[in-house]
Amino acid sequence: MEELPQDQSALVGYTRELYYGKDKDGKFRTGLSTGWEVKTSALEVAWDEVKESLMEAEELVRSGKRSPIYYLMVKKLMNISILSGYTGMNRLRVWWHLRPAVYRRLRDKVLARYAEAFDMSVEEIRNLKL
Amino acid sequence: MDNNYQHIQTAHCENGVVVRLLKTAGINIDEPMAFGIGSGLFYIHIPFLKLNNAPALAFRTMPGRIFKQSCNFLGVEYKSRRFSKPQNAEAYLDKLLEQGYDVGCQVGVFNLSYLPVEYRFHFNAHNLVVYGKEGDEYLISDTTMEKPTRLGATELLKARYAHGLYAPKGHLYYIKEKGPVSVSDYRLREAVVKGIKRNVRDMLHIPGSFAGVSGIKYTGDKVRKWRDQLGVRKAGRYLGHIVRMQEEIGTGGGGFRFLYAAFLERTAELFQDDQLLSVSEDFGKAGDMWRTSAVKMAGVFRGRNTGQEHFNEIAGLFYEISDIESQAFKRLSQIVKKYD
Repeated sequence: MEELPQDQSALVGYTRELYYGKDKDGKFRTGLSTGWEVKTSALEVAWDEVKESLMEAEELVRSGKRSPIYYLMVKKLMNISILSGYTGMNRLRVWWHLRPAVYRRLRDKVLARYAEAFDMSVEEIRNLKL
Repeated sequence: MDNNYQHIQTAHCENGVVVRLLKTAGINIDEPMAFGIGSGLFYIHIPFLKLNNAPALAFRTMPGRIFKQSCNFLGVEYKSRRFSKPQNAEAYLDKLLEQGYDVGCQVGVFNLSYLPVEYRFHFNAHNLVVYGKEGDEYLISDTTMEKPTRLGATELLKARYAHGLYAPKGHLYYIKEKGPVSVSDYRLREAVVKGIKRNVRDMLHIPGSFAGVSGIKYTGDKVRKWRDQLGVRKAGRYLGHIVRMQEEIGTGGGGFRFLYAAFLERTAELFQDDQLLSVSEDFGKAGDMWRTSAVKMAGVFRGRNTGQEHFNEIAGLFYEISDIESQAFKRLSQIVKKYD
């Protein structure tokens, strides 16, 4: 079978992926690959973007422009619509809670829904230091 | 418990589940066959919509289609359900497992601990097979992985109730007949022809300029403008997103084109028709060109080749690919006419 890329990737240690390629008779066969550097770097680009937006989020929270919920939302790779799904609150309400002044007045009961969505406790959210 | 469970690994998750479930029912078709009968090949670039701050495009048909269509065309009865309450989704799954069914489940990957964290975005159109339960653990066959695995009940339920686009809402599906179901050669050929025809329709005759073979040119036009419109960095990110949609685990490489080529190779054998084999070669060529375009796109987002001429080159490749695929589907539609 033609050579499949066997490059370093995040899949190493978890699995190899199946590819279709041709053998020497020109017939399709399957083979396993550890990864392809082209897509490894594409994935890195995506994560660079995530890291960057997380840094921006941190700055926005520190400077009092957004609430910690905003930071956690970005950290968990969510957007308002996904977070609205996980909390069961409508999007407008979630958006409203991203304002620091509104956030400070949030009751524990409401915060608990965010805590569940972010897989952490209410205290952990309250004590978040950025 | 089922210790003799034979895990099947495939390139694409939904194909894999289809192959697995059909096999349990006694029907042996492989991944390319399932993909072809299910008319899996597609292209769409939805204008104005952004996903994770990147263009919304897909190289395959919509989730769930491959399973439903494969079953329908092969004449196999299936059932597919979603649940408003998670408890019900769990109870229903348990009941099916007790009755000895293999069950396909749609899940979100964000909470799947057996995947590398780098892959765990909020992507909800993933599929896996649940084939048993031991205590509080489900026996899982994720067909994109080399080996079967296990998931705790809470974790599986969480994955079945992931939120965001394509939220699964506990979606499960299974083949009703426990088999062995037999599918005649005639029926299989008929299913293949139907699958091809539907795929021809999707790729050639879908209205609008942003889906099917014309959609590939649509993306080409966009790419040409991205450098000026978005700047090199953001344009690079968009291209990186295309590369991932096209080449990441689950695609079999080359935006599913190699899978389709393999399907046509099998079809050529089934019908003893060399014309089909030559169309298969065209799709192989298209797959190679998609891969070439991925290398070029990587040149941009790695910051090596970021000039407008490189964007033009990528756009040009998309145009060429569109033409090759358009010709290939036209030939295909002529060839299958004789098998009506």
